[in-house]
Amino acid sequence: MTTEQMTGQEGRTIYRRPLLLSNPTSYCPGCGHGIVHRLVAEVLEELEIGGKTILVGSVGCSVFAYDFLALDSVESPHGRAAAVATGVKRYKPDKVVFTYQGDGDLAAIGTAEIIHAAARGERFTTIFVNNGIYGMTGGQMAPTTLPGQRTTSSPRGRDVETQGYPLPVTEMLSLLPGVQYAARVSVGDAGLVGKAKQAIKRAFEVQLENRGFSIVEVLSTCPVGWGMTPTDAMTRLRGAVMDAYPVGTFVDRPRRIAPNLPQPGASHRSITEGF
Amino acid sequence: MFRPVLVAIERCKGCGLCVDACAPGAIALDMVHVNAMGHHPAVLVDPDACTSCAKCARMCPDAALSIFARPRGA
Amino acid sequence: MTVVDRPATARPRIVASPPGTGGVAHPLDRVLMKGNEAIAEAAVAAGCDAYFGYPITPQAELLEWMARRMPEEGRVFVQAESELAAINMALGAAAAGARVLVSSSSPGMSLMAEAMSYMAGSQLPVVVVNVQRGGPGLGSIGAAQGDYFQATKGHGHGDYRVPVLAPSSIAEAIDLVRDSFILAERYRTPVILLADGILGQAMEPVAPTFRTLEKSTPDWTLDGAENRTPRVVKSLHLRPEDLEQHDLELQAVYAEIEATEQRWAGEQLDEAEVVLVAYGTAARVARTAVERLRDEGIKAGLFRPITLWPFPSQPLREVATGAKAVMAVEMSAGQMVEDVRLAIEGAVPVFHHGRTGGMVPSPDGVVDAVKQAIGMRGEARR
Repeated sequence: MTTEQMTGQEGRTIYRRPLLLSNPTSYCPGCGHGIVHRLVAEVLEELEIGGKTILVGSVGCSVFAYDFLALDSVESPHGRAAAVATGVKRYKPDKVVFTYQGDGDLAAIGTAEIIHAAARGERFTTIFVNNGIYGMTGGQMAPTTLPGQRTTSSPRGRDVETQGYPLPVTEMLSLLPGVQYAARVSVGDAGLVGKAKQAIKRAFEVQLENRGFSIVEVLSTCPVGWGMTPTDAMTRLRGAVMDAYPVGTFVDRPRRIAPNLPQPGASHRSITEGF
Repeated sequence: MFRPVLVAIERCKGCGLCVDACAPGAIALDMVHVNAMGHHPAVLVDPDACTSCAKCARMCPDAALSIFARPRGA
Repeated sequence: MTVVDRPATARPRIVASPPGTGGVAHPLDRVLMKGNEAIAEAAVAAGCDAYFGYPITPQAELLEWMARRMPEEGRVFVQAESELAAINMALGAAAAGARVLVSSSSPGMSLMAEAMSYMAGSQLPVVVVNVQRGGPGLGSIGAAQGDYFQATKGHGHGDYRVPVLAPSSIAEAIDLVRDSFILAERYRTPVILLADGILGQAMEPVAPTFRTLEKSTPDWTLDGAENRTPRVVKSLHLRPEDLEQHDLELQAVYAEIEATEQRWAGEQLDEAEVVLVAYGTAARVARTAVERLRDEGIKAGLFRPITLWPFPSQPLREVATGAKAVMAVEMSAGQMVEDVRLAIEGAVPVFHHGRTGGMVPSPDGVVDAVKQAIGMRGEARR
């Protein structure tokens, strides 16, 4: 479809919505899921693999991802996506398989499954959207909630004495040899979104090279759960959240990066290797 | 008239992230009208200031923005 | 419905060599195979594409057989990190169109309960073998039948049913593995093959030929939406009106299964005055008890359900008409007996005899229980 057909006006198209994005999403205004869905759709289109991709969904706000991405999809029970994806990819190794999971699905109930899939070097990709909260169920604490952060199940702020410390998922998984690519990115501003897209693209490329497990942890926002406007939520993401979870490429074994773990609290502007 | 940004008004949820992303301030929320979902959609208020950098489109969670390069003389 | 009499008593020649290695020219030739391994090989022969499992006694040999055989055949084998992971791998593989087998024992089946519900709701064909052991909890590793409730009425949440096949010998188990795949794919449902630790661990003579099973590619499986509308395998139907519609469609499938797939076998049921009802290993004990009762002049017979769901209620009611007593013999404290009572609907007194915890009833124990039951009704017997 030419630009003129689409818009009725001349001019080179700089950006248009990817065709793999089907229906308008039901996510809250300003929710990072919308950005990540869009990036995945853009990447699959650019790599021309949408037609052979199978989405392994999960449970959380993104349970409806199969309504928004025009892909063959299978629903997983909560936390089991990495096991379901193992079954799909082992049987159909020539297809592109990815899981799309939130912090409850992956870092709470699904921790065993993701660790073992990564340890086995399963050849699928995981898109892990970390917004530090359980949005779908009303804004409860997640394993990735920051200390002191108020949620509906930590109303006085997360108390590390009784509620423990956040899980650094990508750092943990980076220790496993089966992990071929592990990166943490953010959607905090347009520049970060651009880097996030590069990481997502690299993760799928690693799968296409049939080398092993790839994961991109995307730091995101939950404006409603955090009790903020989308704008303020992005500010918090660029500040406190990225301070606690440094972004960067931790593992890229085909490019001999492994593991390269920044210290928590490191300036997020200093990690650019691998991008 | 050439417009560097087209907004899919019915997909826009008025989140304002495009407004934040736009350095020249070419895009804003239309606080007068609402779309069918009840949101104030984004609107290109200053087309001449737009450089087609597409940062707004990059931030948009709803892929509601399409960006076009300005043809010569437009 | 199938009514099968005991096979003729020609003595088979037993050859102790693995299948496919020759030396079994005579049609009555048999090989000795362990139940777990026979079930596994039957699945391999029937074209099982993928096996996922986790070690648990008393079915670890099934996993180990598959660990060797599936890679030999170029098929998928994964020892998962838990039964929970294994059954979810099966869910994924089935969604992608694989013919899938999972095996476990009672505690592992509990871990699979959630996925059973999801697979039923998503209409995924998966065959799950439960080699039962004593329970509840960690229980014992002895053979038991304490998972009858779980298999026929329990496991996961929601409005669904799952066909359950119960072999009583290793030879029958081989046939029922293949039949399980057929049922699973014909009706797009999980199917449970309910065995027990004795069937799994014993070695019996079996015919060395394992039948193959053709496979087609249904139009709902996932393989990438190139040039077509995307397919979604899911169980979520958020609007109650939609979910009710979906549930009623499932109920229609179950109604068809109930109408057409019941199986049972009967022995010496003509004019039987005492009907023993038993499945699996308990049926073999009951068979011996029937012979001993007949030797003492008590006209006993054996009704052996092969499908536990759908339970052959109508045939049982017909068989029991005119009998003095019906007795369920189980390796449990009394689970199938409830379905027996429902089937009999009060027409004939129903009794239960069982051992639990991994203990096996003895034929004499059954004989004594039957005599006591009849004695309770005031009938004098020699």
